[in-house]
Amino acid sequence: MIRLERRPAPSRAWAWATPLLAVLATMVAGGLLFAFLGKDPLLVIRTIFWDPVLGEFAFYYRGQLLVKAGPLVLIAIGLSLGFRAGVWNIGAEGQYIMGAICGAAVGLAFYPLEARWLVFPMMVLAGGLGGFLWAMIPGILRTRFNTNEILVSLLLVYVAEQILAWMALGPLRSPDGSGFPGSRNLRHYDAAANHELIAGSGMHWGVVAAFIAVILGHVLLSRHILGFNIRLAGASPRAARFAGVNPGLLVLTCLGMSGALAGFAGLFEVAGPAGQINIDFNVGYGFTAIIVAFLGRLHPVGILLAGFLMALTYIGGEAAQATLGVPAAAIQVFQGLLLFFLLALDVLTNYRIRIDARARA
Amino acid sequence: MDLGSINPDLLVAALLLASTPILLSAMGELVVEKSGVLNLGVEGMMIVGAVAGFIAAVESGSPALGFLAAAAAAAALALLFGVLTQVLLSNQVATGLGLTLFGLGISSLMGQGYVGIRPPASPRLELPVLSDLPILGPVLFSQHALVYLSLALVVGVWWYLRSTRSGLVLRAVGESHEAAHALGYSVLGTRLAAIAFGGALAGLGGACLSLVIVPQWTEGMTAGRGWIALAIVVFGSWRAWRVLLGAYLFGGVSVLQLNLQAAGIAIPVELLSMSPYLITILVLVIISSDKRRAQANAPNSLGRTFHASG
Repeated sequence: MIRLERRPAPSRAWAWATPLLAVLATMVAGGLLFAFLGKDPLLVIRTIFWDPVLGEFAFYYRGQLLVKAGPLVLIAIGLSLGFRAGVWNIGAEGQYIMGAICGAAVGLAFYPLEARWLVFPMMVLAGGLGGFLWAMIPGILRTRFNTNEILVSLLLVYVAEQILAWMALGPLRSPDGSGFPGSRNLRHYDAAANHELIAGSGMHWGVVAAFIAVILGHVLLSRHILGFNIRLAGASPRAARFAGVNPGLLVLTCLGMSGALAGFAGLFEVAGPAGQINIDFNVGYGFTAIIVAFLGRLHPVGILLAGFLMALTYIGGEAAQATLGVPAAAIQVFQGLLLFFLLALDVLTNYRIRIDARARA
Repeated sequence: MDLGSINPDLLVAALLLASTPILLSAMGELVVEKSGVLNLGVEGMMIVGAVAGFIAAVESGSPALGFLAAAAAAAALALLFGVLTQVLLSNQVATGLGLTLFGLGISSLMGQGYVGIRPPASPRLELPVLSDLPILGPVLFSQHALVYLSLALVVGVWWYLRSTRSGLVLRAVGESHEAAHALGYSVLGTRLAAIAFGGALAGLGGACLSLVIVPQWTEGMTAGRGWIALAIVVFGSWRAWRVLLGAYLFGGVSVLQLNLQAAGIAIPVELLSMSPYLITILVLVIISSDKRRAQANAPNSLGRTFHASG
């Protein structure tokens, strides 16, 4: 008879071991999936996880690694604060879009003014503000009207996607674009461009922001009273109220911070790697960041590592798509499997497995 | 602008059909939530149902087999959620989200060779005599079988939860799993059955979309309907009749906005396209602002993990 016995406290060793086990299990299950699709599983796994870092063309892929990991880490750090407090912002994709639109709109309004010291900081501010305000909608609806923030934040993603389409086809469409959808390319406008800081490294301001967010997130959670309140509210909402934590304010803070970080990520993406506001601007970073946050155990350092791993699956997935013809959707399945294995194996963190030799009376 | 081109009879007929995927999914989720489980993976189960039903119908040539396959595939996916949350005791919110992400991925993987194909037609069910009635006949009694099934399910679920022994056990499990367990009812069994039922209905809803309404397979074709179904359960404050009302309200808005788009009204297309989501948010706000009324019928153990050894 196998049964689960609750541990008095979650096991720290298992908390760090389960993500690694989950990655291994995903590789096995993913390998089976690729074999089922008629591909050599070992070759696919090597193309995804090995070649981009240490293979022959790694010099090209390594730069991409930072480009992809930057927004994932930036968004996931914000989400993790809310998840710890039991505030479920799952609409980061929408906040990412709104940050990009607001930031790009400010940049385009200044066009063609060549004053980088003014234009770029204003864009960054507008991007963060756009994401912040979009996240305030579910925040205020939750605190003022008691409306479920999970549903509202998610439904607002679809609204944001429509606004994106409207902007790309209407107000922000490039006047020189001969009628094609999409704004001016911000990378061709030096005052607004988020260029690579070191050529070929993939390092841009968004990646810098992600690293800063990791450090600040760590300090916040381990040293600051707000971080303590967040952890307290997540562990025991009742105790938090007795300790004087204002639950409404905490909800707004968590949603606001995660929204602003997602907005920053959107701005840095639109001014850098993406270049322009267009219908297909968002590629699901806001949703993948949810997986990153959980895979990183809602811990800033863990999220940094998880962000790189997820970035690797994106880049390796593209490589496997190009060289081996693995469908792009297979990578999405792969990422979903990773989250499932992680959640399944998490049982080992909180419970002990007991095997009774004989049935008890 | 030509509002005269909008035919009210056709509008009502389209409304009944357009509401059906959401009504089916929401009825399933209502039962799941009444058993105390919050499954946020409705969107993922719907899209898997949509693609599985589409593939089965195209390969076999039979829409009926397609609907069966849709229900089975989505129920299997739901049971994955069930094992994770009920046996391995994972967080329901995170697992439900994972189910949606996974469902979206696996559906686009499965549906790769099926883009741009037309599925076998699923005929309307003309109810004898009634469908010959003027106006009412074509509008109400000449619909697809799933429309009648979804309405029958509203009655069935309402009756099941209110008047049957097993429905009472399900509600007891949802209100207080400790008490139900102490009385000797199987919390795990009840919840797994409810989760599978919810999955099957979400799958049917998805197949209704890909086989009847659109009818075609495109990636991400559920476009948030699963989330709207979740919102409608809250809107309906966990009562079958109000869920019906919510689903038809949403169906009405989405059909109306499509008709307004076609009529070329002077409102930006994007604004019309986002209106169903905005109105869903609006009704959610209105219904949940009265805290006592909103929570009066909510299952007490909703979303809480149950572990027998306490």
